[in-house]
Formats: sequence, C-alpha cells, structure tokens
Amino acid sequence: MADGNAGAPIEDATSIALEDIDVSNPALWAADSHWPYFARLRKEAPVHYCKASMFGPYWSITKYNDIMAVDTNHQVFSSEAALGGIAIIDQGAELRLPMFIAMDPPKHDAQRKVVSPIVSPMNLATMEPLIRGRVQQILDGLPRGETFDWVDRVSIELTTQMLATLFDFPFEDRRKLTYWSDIATTIPAPGMLVETEEEKLSILMECLGYFMRLWNERVNAPPRGDLISMLAHGESTRNMSPEEYLGNLILLIVGGNDTTRNSISGSVLAMHQNPGEFAKLKANPDLIPSMVSETIRWQTPLAHMRRTALEDFEFSGQTIKKGDKVIMWYVSGNRDETVIERPDEYIIDRERPRQHMSFGFGIHRCVGNRLAELQLKIIWEEILARFDRIEVMVEPERVPSPFVKGYLNLTVRIPA
Amino acid sequence: MTKITYVMFDGGERAVDLKTGVNLMQGAVANNIPGIDGDCGGACACATCHVYVDAAWLPKVGPRTAMEDSMLEFAEHVEANSRLACQITVRDELAGMVVRLPEAQH
Ligand code: HEM
Ligand code: FES
Repeated sequence: MADGNAGAPIEDATSIALEDIDVSNPALWAADSHWPYFARLRKEAPVHYCKASMFGPYWSITKYNDIMAVDTNHQVFSSEAALGGIAIIDQGAELRLPMFIAMDPPKHDAQRKVVSPIVSPMNLATMEPLIRGRVQQILDGLPRGETFDWVDRVSIELTTQMLATLFDFPFEDRRKLTYWSDIATTIPAPGMLVETEEEKLSILMECLGYFMRLWNERVNAPPRGDLISMLAHGESTRNMSPEEYLGNLILLIVGGNDTTRNSISGSVLAMHQNPGEFAKLKANPDLIPSMVSETIRWQTPLAHMRRTALEDFEFSGQTIKKGDKVIMWYVSGNRDETVIERPDEYIIDRERPRQHMSFGFGIHRCVGNRLAELQLKIIWEEILARFDRIEVMVEPERVPSPFVKGYLNLTVRIPA
Repeated sequence: MTKITYVMFDGGERAVDLKTGVNLMQGAVANNIPGIDGDCGGACACATCHVYVDAAWLPKVGPRTAMEDSMLEFAEHVEANSRLACQITVRDELAGMVVRLPEAQH
C-alpha cells in the first residue's frame, strides 16, 4: 500500500497553476497530501520558485541529483545561522547557540571533528548491550490485547533513554532531555510551550547548569565512554566555552530526538501497511539492516534542509540570486523515480537500500546516522523476538510541519 | 581487466579483476566485498568508502581533490594514505594495487 491520501484532493495538485504551488504549507503535511505536488514539481519544474509563503519566498529543489548538487556545493550554498540557518523557517537573531550544523567551514569542520568520534561505530559498539537491555525492558513492559500510543510508550521513551545512555545522564531525570529538546525547537509565542525569549533563555540556562554539574563531576573522574566525559577530557574540547558546550549538547539532543522517534514510529506503520514485507522480515531477520535503511528512506524524518545562496547561481535554466532561500526536499529526492526504482513502494530487500537522501550528503551529512540505524536495528531484533504482530488501529495524526516529518500519535495493539 | 586487492580489517584478502573506468567503490560493491558502503553512489558526498592505499601505489593514484579532503576530514582514523574509493578510477597502471579497509565506515 502506498501512502494515504487523506486531506486535500489530488486534483488540486494537478490543476493548480505551477507558479502557485507552495509545498511548505503545514496543512499539506498534516494531511500527508504533499506527494502529488512533489511528483508534479519533479516532472514540470524541478527547480521551482515559490514567491510567497508563510516562510517567505523560496526555491524548491526536488530531484535526487539536483539535491545532491546543492548539498555538495557548500561554497555557494551556506548553512550559516546568521543568514537564516538550515530550515525553511528563518532562524531568529535572538538566541543563537553555536551549533556546527548551522556553520560553514572552517568553523563547522573543527567542531564536527570533536563530536564525530563519540558516535562512531566503534564507540557505539561498546554501548550496544546497554541500549539493548533498555529496549528489552520497554518492550517487555507493553500491554497485550489493549490499545496504547506507540509514540509515547515506545518511540519517545526509547529515544529519551538512548540520549540518557549516550550522556550517562541521571536516568530518573531523563524526560528533562525531551523537555529541553522541545524548548530548544519552540519558537516563543503566546500559547506555546514557552511564550517569550526570556523564558526560553532561562530554561536553557537551567539546562546548562545541569550539564555543568555533570561536566564537573566527569572532569574530576577518570575518562569514561559517555559523551560528557569525552567532551570534558578531549584535548580540543576541554576548554570549550559554556556557550559552545551547550550548543553542542542541544544539537545532539535535538538532532537525535524527533528524527529517531519518527523513524521508530514510521517503521511500525510501514510494517502494518505492508504485511508482505513484514512476512519477509519474519522469515529472514537478516534483512533487518536493509529494512532499517528502507524505513529511513520511506519516512524521511527531516523533509528538507535549507541553504542560503552566497552568490548568483545558474541552475537548471533558472537563476538563483544571492541571498535566496534554497530548500532541498529530501522527501522528494527519496521518491525520484528516475533514480530509485518503484520509489513509492516500501520494499525491505531493495538492491541498494542505503541509497537515500534522508541523512543529507556532503560535509553536513548526519553525524548520528550510525546511532540512528543501530537503535532501529536493535528495536526490530527485539520486536521480532517477542511479538507476532503490531496492529495499527487508526491512521496516525501527523506533525503539521514541512520540516519534521512525523507522527503525533500511533495507536496500536499487540494481540494477546 | 585490472587486478585490485582489498584487504579486510581482519586481514582477509579479496582480489578482483576490475574493468578500466569503474571506481574502487563500485568494484567492491559489485563484488560483495563487505566494509565499503558507498551510500552516495560515488558522488564524493558520504565518506562511507574510506580505504587506505598501500604506500607503493600512492604516487600512481594521484592527490585527493578538495572535496575529497573535506569529506575525509570527518571519517574515522584518517591517515596520510586515506582515500575515498569512489574517487579512484581503475586504469592499467594500477594493476596489482592493494587497498586496506578500515574497521568501520562512519
Ligand atoms: C533517522 C534519524 C536521523 C535523521 C533522518 C537525521 C537527519 C539529518 C540530516 C538530514 C542532517 C543534515 C543537516 C544538513 O545538511 O544541514 C543531519 C545532521 C546532523 N545530525 Fe542527524 N539525523 C538523524 C539522527 C541523528 C542522531 C541520532 C543524532 C545524534 C547523535 C544526530 C545528530 C546530527 C548532527 C550533530 C548533525 C549535524 C552535522 C553537521 O552539520 O556536520 N542525527 N541529520
Ligand atoms: S561513495 Fe560516497 S564518498 Fe565515496
């Protein structure tokens, strides 16, 4: 089964004037109705200018190879926070923690090198048993024969525990991590989680205070394998400013939070919608790594990344002007029929399952990709060892965002 | 056909004959040599095809490009003889070349 088409009718996508297409409209994402718009853009206007949207004017890049070309051209296409950063919504000037995801070389390179070894496959191998133990506990605690929300009980809980494991963060306080992540990604406004910049800043300062205590504790103890200890003892990090320390922490918390959460939820939904693929997996658990990659492609947890043009640039017969906002729609590149065979189908034994754009490409390619894959691999190994089926009871509600592509809830039942 | 030998991290060896024009990432993937992922398909954009080139062959393979340098910045355990396999194209003068694989690709 392909993706549902609830929401705006497909006619809209084919009859609307090309120049009026605005794929950033959050309603499209809540309704999962963006697919036909992207199919049309890929075909008729692969480099497309939207002159007005709630996020201002922007270019859409929708084909796999064009996205690759932008992603690998950091000389022209900048991630710099001061120019607006990495998402379609401009990063405000107010509270800007230094994070290398929103920096260009050479600053980006120096910072990334510090964080990268912490989530290297070698380092993760030492954490695997701990992660597995926690996954087992969560799964063993799930009810049978009654409905519950998989997002809250499993996806959020697991990613939160994983972050706590990575930081060796006091376990009973772990939901603070989710909270801080939510705070960091909230744009203050009346009725939101935080209403003013000051409020947001004071909560982030609490977060810094907490992590400072952990730093002091670890810096005075022998080096260990957790992230904070590694930062506190690392040659190039032990003299970091508090601002930089907090920036890197928040980046890791945010980077690994929604994305992994929605991949976990997405995997359960995909398996429910594709019973044939689930049967294949049960018959041959060796397919788990390939199924994990296919899920991450199919889900595309971050629908896009944004760049800002540093100079005029001719691209596919269009002129992108210096200062223009350029959106690389990974969600569309992952469905580009000229590069990926039967892209709308979920096929766990594809020939090249790792060929997808969900982690981005070039110098900003996701540094946590192996950790994300490891979490999904472990969870599916443990699911197969326990459950015969996970039934999805109703269509999930989706996040109304053109950036975080995910689920607000996923009501499931594990047959008794 | 040009003979290229891949040495696994555990010391095991695989020698394969590759056609002129294919790159060493493609050569590994096509021959099911584990340890080279090649996620970006050879666009020099993922660094999951990191290999070490045996010293004797370094002059023949030539220098890294600027983009290759940037991508290798973020690979694990990079040495002076580190290269991205997708950026090395098979040609006659590379006959007999040996490349070693790292413990893992990040
Ligand atoms: C399936 C899960 C994940 C997806 C789909 C994902 C996606 C991405 C993407 C698309 C980028 C590229 C940003 C850009 O080009 O501007 C990125 C960068 C990044 N991700 Fe992930 N991510 C995931 C999991 C994680 C995890 C678990 C962590 C934490 C360890 C993490 C940490 C980061 C960091 C620190 C960066 C910045 C890299 C840089 O700018 O050099 N991600 N991620
Ligand atoms: S295959 Fe991606 S860099 Fe070589």
